[in-house]
Amino acid sequence: MEIGPYFLLATLEGAVTAAVLALTAVGLSLVFGVMRVVNIAHGEFFMLGAVIAWWVAQAVGGHPALGFAAALVIAPLIVGGLAAAADMTILKRLDYDPERTIVATIGLLYVIQQVTLMTYGPEARPVEAPFGTRLAIPWIEHAEGGWRLYWPWGLSTTSYKLAVMAAAAAVLLGVWALMARTRIGLVMRATQMDRGMALAFGIPVERVYALVFGLGAGLAALAAVLIVPIRQAHYLMGADPLLLSFIVVIIGGLGSLPGTVVAAVLIGLSDGIISVFFSPTLAKIIATLLVALVLVFRPQGLFGTRAA
Amino acid sequence: MTRIDDRPATTTRRGALRTLAGAAAGAASLPLWARYTHAQSAEPIRIGFQVHRTGIGAAYGRWYDRTTQAAARLINEAGGINGRPVEIVAEDDGTDPKRGAEVVEKFATQHGCDIAFGTLFSHVVIGSAPRAGELKLPYFVVSEGHHVASGMLNRYTIQPGITDVKSQVQAMAPFVTETLGKKVTLVFPDYAYGHDHRDFFSAAVEAQGGEVLAKLAIPPAETSFTKYFPKIPRETEVLYHVMVGPGVLTFVKELGEFFGGRGPELFGFIDSLEAVAIDSPGLEFLEGSHFWEGMPRYAQPDQSEYDAFYRQQVGVDDTGASVSDPTDISTYGHMFGCWETLYVVKAAMEASGYAGPENRPAMIEAVEAMTEMPHSRQHPQGPKIFNGKTHQVFGRQHISQVRDGRLVKVHTTSIEDTFYPDEVDYTTRPF
Repeated sequence: MEIGPYFLLATLEGAVTAAVLALTAVGLSLVFGVMRVVNIAHGEFFMLGAVIAWWVAQAVGGHPALGFAAALVIAPLIVGGLAAAADMTILKRLDYDPERTIVATIGLLYVIQQVTLMTYGPEARPVEAPFGTRLAIPWIEHAEGGWRLYWPWGLSTTSYKLAVMAAAAAVLLGVWALMARTRIGLVMRATQMDRGMALAFGIPVERVYALVFGLGAGLAALAAVLIVPIRQAHYLMGADPLLLSFIVVIIGGLGSLPGTVVAAVLIGLSDGIISVFFSPTLAKIIATLLVALVLVFRPQGLFGTRAA
Repeated sequence: MTRIDDRPATTTRRGALRTLAGAAAGAASLPLWARYTHAQSAEPIRIGFQVHRTGIGAAYGRWYDRTTQAAARLINEAGGINGRPVEIVAEDDGTDPKRGAEVVEKFATQHGCDIAFGTLFSHVVIGSAPRAGELKLPYFVVSEGHHVASGMLNRYTIQPGITDVKSQVQAMAPFVTETLGKKVTLVFPDYAYGHDHRDFFSAAVEAQGGEVLAKLAIPPAETSFTKYFPKIPRETEVLYHVMVGPGVLTFVKELGEFFGGRGPELFGFIDSLEAVAIDSPGLEFLEGSHFWEGMPRYAQPDQSEYDAFYRQQVGVDDTGASVSDPTDISTYGHMFGCWETLYVVKAAMEASGYAGPENRPAMIEAVEAMTEMPHSRQHPQGPKIFNGKTHQVFGRQHISQVRDGRLVKVHTTSIEDTFYPDEVDYTTRPF
């Protein structure tokens, strides 16, 4: 393939990755920012979202759009509810102690993964996309007699992939509005800034924590529902999003929403472009190297503020 | 919170001795009913089954398990092996080579298995076989990899139930170059099994006067594939694809999206679609494309009575799905290997009068002495010829075409098409 169309294809593929990654990472970042809890089980909430989406789509039947729309609502709610319950029954009992919550969420990771394996099974199952017209993209080339349009092999995307990008952008705007423009967002930010002071002002911090943990997991689940018509639901699918989310959150700045989004776009696009032109392994190497560099030269992340 | 008794839990020497003495007395006084009346001879033959229950091979593992259990049940119903029942001791290896070697060790030292059996993924075989050789544990693999016949492994590792990649691709290359095209691009998983395809298919195509334009290696745990496809050269006439792992459905779907109906001819190994329904949404573009199948997934018009019997016993319907759940698609192109291997084990143990681990070398010699395996209930995939020197079996290969969303067999090779010169003589190696 020629360099121009090749680059465009790589960018389009990268943009889909970036969109999903941004949603997942914002969930992780929110939990870390407000609760100061490192949630190792985040990738499993992502996986659970995809698996529940399959289950809902199966149960609803009929036109694929019906099942998908139902999954879009039900999966994040169930996963968010589960996460909030996990917060109240496990993390709260540990007083959100950093080391112990890491161990507890590792445990949660295995519990969710193995229960999924035992019930849903080991295979990758598809959810049908509500729509998915293949859109071939033309390119111009210089032939005898001037420039002309042509359709290179493989240079295409689907309407569904474009919709994923739009949906992710809309949800991210919604999260921003929730945090910046609503009372509940104000309460969350207050809790983030100073837990003790928030408590003194009568904010029910524990309920805020449960809400934030549920919201973070719900965002991961939503991202998974969006991606599952492109990639299948599988019980091991949580590992990659977890790793990439950590990379994104560290590069963007722990707890910074704009930083997380910018880093997600950066990592998603570079992953797409580097893996198309060189190799997917190199893309992972570069992303990890970037994390190391950020940690050495700008430990608070690109957009982060120095931790108090 | 309640405080649990906070006395330190001490073990005194006297206490420990008392427990030990009690246990010894208990063991010595075990009633006679706990022993086998015919001493050792009625003890079960224990077959360690290394199964991919988790990891990227899990979908295969589930069906390898069902096939193995069905064959073991039939063997036991027919009186077992040498009058002894067969017991399958299954252990998950996580589709992981390191864990695979540990599992082999557990079979030999903890479970007291007579043999180990059943591994599919070639990196697990290559990781486990050396340990089996050290432990002198006969290790029957069902893997398709060329690593057994290449001489890379050892005298204790045998593949008598499934053919290897080298013979498969060599037998099919003429069909590909003659009917589909001569300019071929290969897409394969980047580990031992995929490398067998890369090396032997390239050589076979070139021997046919064809040309391999590009070879695309994809990590077996990959989940998105479009980014690899731009490397497929435009002049490609045939795209040869083989993929494994949980992403196989995504792989073929993205392949279809990428070409949008204008691409090259597709020739795939059924591995790209094992455990996946051919009529899954997004796979319509596969119509007309060709697949290798070890054993045809859909019951064909010329179905043998052995295939019908095997399907019924394992619980697979005429479309290759589970009889209890039509969405549960089997790994039909591979799993017959477990069934056939168990019958080879039975035949070898009976021929050598196997009584216990001390007879392991004699049992391996009995397998090495085997040659023809006729098409039968024991060998439902078809007739086979075993090569005792290379520890590898040879058999017919099938090529199917997707027509109306079904796989229809269009070509069957002969056994002779799959032969190649021996690369090793394991029988000269000491036990």
